[in-house]
Amino acid sequence: MKLPLSWLKDYVDIDISAEELQTKLFGCGFEVEELIQTGKDISGVVVGEVISCEPVEGTHLHVCKVDCGAHGVKQICCGADNVAAGIKAPVALVGATVYATGKDHVTIEGVMTIKKGKLRGIESEGMLCSGVEIGVNGDMFDGGDYCGLLLLPESFENGADIKPLLGLDDYIFDIAVTANRPDCQSVTGMAREVAAVLGKKFKEPDCSYTVEEKGEKVAVKIIAPDICPRYIAHYVKNVRPAPSPLWLRRRLALCGLRSINNLVDITNFILLEMGQPMHAFDCAKLEGREIVVRRAVKDEEIVTLDGKSFKLSADNLVICDGNKPCALAGIMGGENSEITEQTSELLFESAKFARDSVRKTARALGQHSDSSALFEKGVNEYTTEKAMGRALHLIQKLGCGVVTDVHVDVKTEYSHDGAKEMTVSLKKINALLGIEIPAETAVTILRSLNFGVTVKDDSLVLQIPAYREDIDGYADIAEELIREYGYEHVKGTFMPSALITNGGYSEEQKAENRLKDNFAALGMYEISTYSFYSEKDLDMLHFADGAPERNFIKIKNPIGEDLSVMRTTLAPSMVNTIVRNLRRGNTEGKLYELAKIYLPRELPLENLPEERQMLCIGMFGGYTFFDIKGVLENLADSLNIKFGYAPAQKCYMHPGICAEISCGDVILGYAGRLDPQICEELAMEKKAFIAELDYDKLKTLAQPFKYSPLSKFPEAVRDLALVADLNLTCGEVEKEIFSACKYVTEVKLFDIYVGRQVGEGKKSMAFNLTFTPKDEAFTPERIDGFIKKILGNLKRNLNIELR
Amino acid sequence: MQDKIDQLKKKIADAIKDVHSSDSLFQIKMKYLGKSGEVSELMKGMRDVPKEKRPETGIIINALKSWAEDQFGKLDKSIKDRELKKLYAAEAVDVTLPGNTCKNGAYHPNTLVRRELISVFAGMGFTVYEGPEIENDYYNFTALNTPADHPARDMQDTFYITDNLLLRTQTSAGQIRVMEKQKPPIKILSPGKVYRSDDDATHSPMFSQMEGLVVDRGITLCDLKGMLDEFARKIFGNGVKTRLRPSYFPFTEPSVEVDVSCFECGGKGCRLCKGTGWIEVLGAGMVNRRVLEGCGIDPEEYSGFAFGMGIERIAMLKYGINNMKLLFEGDTRFLKQFKG
Repeated sequence: MKLPLSWLKDYVDIDISAEELQTKLFGCGFEVEELIQTGKDISGVVVGEVISCEPVEGTHLHVCKVDCGAHGVKQICCGADNVAAGIKAPVALVGATVYATGKDHVTIEGVMTIKKGKLRGIESEGMLCSGVEIGVNGDMFDGGDYCGLLLLPESFENGADIKPLLGLDDYIFDIAVTANRPDCQSVTGMAREVAAVLGKKFKEPDCSYTVEEKGEKVAVKIIAPDICPRYIAHYVKNVRPAPSPLWLRRRLALCGLRSINNLVDITNFILLEMGQPMHAFDCAKLEGREIVVRRAVKDEEIVTLDGKSFKLSADNLVICDGNKPCALAGIMGGENSEITEQTSELLFESAKFARDSVRKTARALGQHSDSSALFEKGVNEYTTEKAMGRALHLIQKLGCGVVTDVHVDVKTEYSHDGAKEMTVSLKKINALLGIEIPAETAVTILRSLNFGVTVKDDSLVLQIPAYREDIDGYADIAEELIREYGYEHVKGTFMPSALITNGGYSEEQKAENRLKDNFAALGMYEISTYSFYSEKDLDMLHFADGAPERNFIKIKNPIGEDLSVMRTTLAPSMVNTIVRNLRRGNTEGKLYELAKIYLPRELPLENLPEERQMLCIGMFGGYTFFDIKGVLENLADSLNIKFGYAPAQKCYMHPGICAEISCGDVILGYAGRLDPQICEELAMEKKAFIAELDYDKLKTLAQPFKYSPLSKFPEAVRDLALVADLNLTCGEVEKEIFSACKYVTEVKLFDIYVGRQVGEGKKSMAFNLTFTPKDEAFTPERIDGFIKKILGNLKRNLNIELR
Repeated sequence: MQDKIDQLKKKIADAIKDVHSSDSLFQIKMKYLGKSGEVSELMKGMRDVPKEKRPETGIIINALKSWAEDQFGKLDKSIKDRELKKLYAAEAVDVTLPGNTCKNGAYHPNTLVRRELISVFAGMGFTVYEGPEIENDYYNFTALNTPADHPARDMQDTFYITDNLLLRTQTSAGQIRVMEKQKPPIKILSPGKVYRSDDDATHSPMFSQMEGLVVDRGITLCDLKGMLDEFARKIFGNGVKTRLRPSYFPFTEPSVEVDVSCFECGGKGCRLCKGTGWIEVLGAGMVNRRVLEGCGIDPEEYSGFAFGMGIERIAMLKYGINNMKLLFEGDTRFLKQFKG
C-alpha cells in the first residue's frame, strides 16, 4: 500500500524524519517495503522569471535573461515554444540534476547534470524546464504534461527551490500490512498507528456535511444479506462533473492513480484515505430509482466500466436497479450506470460485502480492482459509515453537487461493527509474554491505540475501537501491548516451567538415516524431485492404458499440465533427472530418491490417499545390471535380510535385463536396465539402470543384526563345477543347494562358461560352497555325504550334472 | 698341507670375485663348504695326517673354514642388499598417481539441514512427527484458525484435489494431528514437504518446512525467544542473535517474524542481508487459544508456542545457493558437493 507522508501529516503531527518513521513502523509490525522519495533525482532547480526573450535568427531558439532571485540573472538559451518575457518557469542552474528526455520530450531517458554551454554559439548558463524534466505530470501540477515549459504562478518567488513548491520533497511509504489489520489499509488507518507509536493525537478526517435540499426517494433492497450485511446510499443532485482541483489530483497521483473527474476522483480519494471502496452511480440511469443487492441469475450479463463483458453465475453478487445489474458488487461498476460528463445526479454507495464472496467472484471472473482487493481483506462498518460522510463533505468542499436528504442505510441481521467491551487480566497477559509490563504503561499504550480503558483491580475493562474487528481475546491485547512496548523487552528464557521430555528420532527415522549413510558410503547421490508430474511422463515410460500407475490423483488447479498429476511411481522422475544430467554433459552418476507416491483408495478422491514411501535408484554411465544389483544386495545386507531376484517384465525395462525383487513372499519392486527403445526416444547416449522398491514394505522386513557365537569347529569349503541347461538361472541352482543341505551357509558363483567343451544348450557353473558345523566338527566323509546329496538333488530336480 | 690350504684359499678368493647373484654364491659355497665340498674333503684328509700334526692341521683348516664362511657371509649380505635395492627400484610407484577410491556419495542439502535441525531440537526434548502431505481442509486451515472466508487463505496459493482435499501448504497441519492425540507436555518437530502454487528463483511449488510446537503449563513468549536464540547459535554460529518483530499468522497470537543477525557480515550490512544486518529465517508465535481449544486442550491451563521455517531457505542461506531450482534438478555437479 502506498502512503504519502504529506497526506499522513493531515491526520497526525509527524516531527521525525521519514527514515525514523520507517524504523518505528517496522518495530510495531508494519514493514515498509520501499521508502520512495519523490523528486529524489531533481536538485538545483529554482523559480526563474524570464525578463527578456529575443529570438535567435534562423533557429527556433530564444535567448533569454532569467531572473533567478538570489542566484542572479542568467542568460539561458531556450527552444520551448511557450517561452516569453514575463513568464515564470523552473530553471535548472549549472550543476543541477534533472531528467533527460527523448526526442518526444515525454520519455524519460535518464538523469542529466546541467553544464555551462553554448547553443549555436550563444552562451547558456542553465536550462528552463518542462514538467517532465523535473518529474512532474499534469496531476502533480497544472501544465505538467505540456511538452514546453512548465509555467509557474506569479506568486512563486524568484530563486526559490522548486521542490517544496511542486511537492517534490515528499516521501511515499510502500507498506506491507498483515492480513489481520485490514483497518490499516488506508491513510487514516495508518495515521492512527503512527499517532500511537509517536504518542501524538490522531486528527479525525472531516466527515461533516449539511443537507441542502430535499430529494426524490431512492429504495434499497438487500436480498443477499449474508454477503452484503450493510448498504448505505446517498443521493446527490445537480452534480457538475469537472476536473478535480490540483490538491486532490496530486494526492491520487502520489498513490499512482490517474485523475478522471471530480466525482469519480472523490470515490478513489476515499478508497485511499479511508480504506472504504465507494461507488457512484449516475442516478438518472437507474431504472425505478431502486437499488437491489442480490446474487446474479445464471448467465445474466454485465459490461463493466472498462468495457469487459461477463456472464455471471449465482455465486456473483450484483448491485441492480429496478431491472438490471448495474455493478459487480465490490469489484467494478457497470457501463450502463457510469458517471459521464452529462451526469447531473448521482447515488453514492458505501457498503460492506463479504470478503470471500468478493474474492471468489474476482477470481472466477478474473476481474480484480483496488476495490475488490480491499473488500477481500475486509472492510469494517465503522468506516463504511464514516466514508459516506467524508464523500458528501468533499462534494460540498469541491462545490460539485447538492447534498440531498435522501440517505438510505440498510443494516441487515448480518451487520455488526467491532465495538465491544472486553475484560482482560494484565496478569494473564504478562504470563503469556513472560515479562512484566507495568499497568500504567499498558493503559497508556492501549489508550494511544484508541482503546477505552478502565482499570479494575488487576483487570482492564476495554472498549474496543469499532474498526478493530481483529481483536478477539487477551492474546490480541498482549500483541498490541508488546508491539508498542517493544520486542526488545522479550528476553530469552528456557521453559523453566515445562516438564522434561525425551527427544530424538523414532526407530523408523533412525533406519532412514542409516540407509542414507549407507548409500552415501556407496557413492550414491541423493536427489529430491517434485511430487507431481505430467501424465506424459507415464507415456514416456510406456505405461499401458490400464496400468495401475495410471490410477493417479489429479490437482484441480495445477501450475501447468506438466505438474498436474500426483506421482504413482518415482521412476519417471528418476529417468528425467538422468536425461537432464546427460544433456548437461554429466556422463555418469549413481542417484537415489526416497520419497512418497500417492495412491488413491477411490477416485474421485474422498478419503486421504495412501502415501507410500518408495526408494528409487538410478545409475547411468559405465555401469552394468550387476552394479545396481550390488547396491541392492548391500541394502539387503544392511537390513540383515536377503533379496530374491527373478526374471521379470516391466514396461520400461529391457525385457532380458529385469528382475523382480522380493524378500520371502513379499514382492518389493523391480530392478533392471532402462529399455533401449526408451533411451533412443529420449536421445540418451548412455545405458541407464533403474530400481524402484516399496520402502514402506521394506522397512517392516528389516531385522536387527544378531550376534552368533563363533563356531568352535572350522568351516569347510568345497568347490563344485556343474553342467546345467543354458536357461537355468543361478538363483534356481543356489536355492536348490541351500534346500539340499542345512549346513550350507554360503553359495558363491565364481565362474560361468558356455562353449564347445560343455556341449550345445549347456553351461558350466562353478560354485564355492561353505559348510558351517554346529555341534561337532565335520569329517571329510560327512562332507562327501553332503555333496552327494546336493548332487543327487541337483540331478533329479534340475537335470544338473557334475562336470 | 699349508700349500694346499693356501691354494684353496686363493681358489675360493678367485671364485667369489665375479659372483653377483645369491644363486651362484650358493653354488660356490656348496662347492667348498658343502658336505662333500673341497674344505670338507680337506677335513676328511685329516686321517692321512700324522697324529702329532693333527691338532695343528685342524686349527689351520678350521681357520680356513671360518675365513671362507666369513667371506661368503659378507658377500651374501652385499648381494642380498643389492638385490633388495633392485627389487625396491623395480617396485617403486608414482605416489602422485590417483588412489583407488570408492567415491564418496552425498546427501541432499535438505537432508543435511533437516538432520542438523533435528539434532538441535532433539537435544531440547523434541520428537519428530511426520504427517500426511495430502490433507483435509480442516487440518490445513480450519483447525489452524483459518476459516473459509479468511484472507490468510490467499497468503498461500493452495493446490486443491477436491473442494475438501488439498496438498498441505504448511507443516502446521501436523500440529493439529498431534495435539488431538497427545496431551501436554508436547514438544514435537514436524518436518516435511509442503506445496504452494508459486514458481520463481526463490519459490518452488514443492518445498520443505520444519514446524516446531511446544505446549505445556506456563510457556511464554520469552521461552520461545530463549529457544530460538539457542537454535540460531547452533545452526548459524556462536554470536548470532535473534530479533523478534510483530507479524501475523492465524494460528498464533502474538505472532512474530524472527530475524537472525547476519552471520556473513556480523550485522554490519552486506549483500546477503541486503544491508540490513538481519536475515529473516522463520515465523513463530504463541499458539492461538482457538487452536488449542479445537484440539481439546484447555487454554486456561496450557499455553504454547509454535515456529516454522523453510528448510530450503536455511539450506540456501547456509550454503550460499542462489537458485532454489538447483535443489530439485538433481544435477550431479551440484549434488556431489554435499558430503555431509
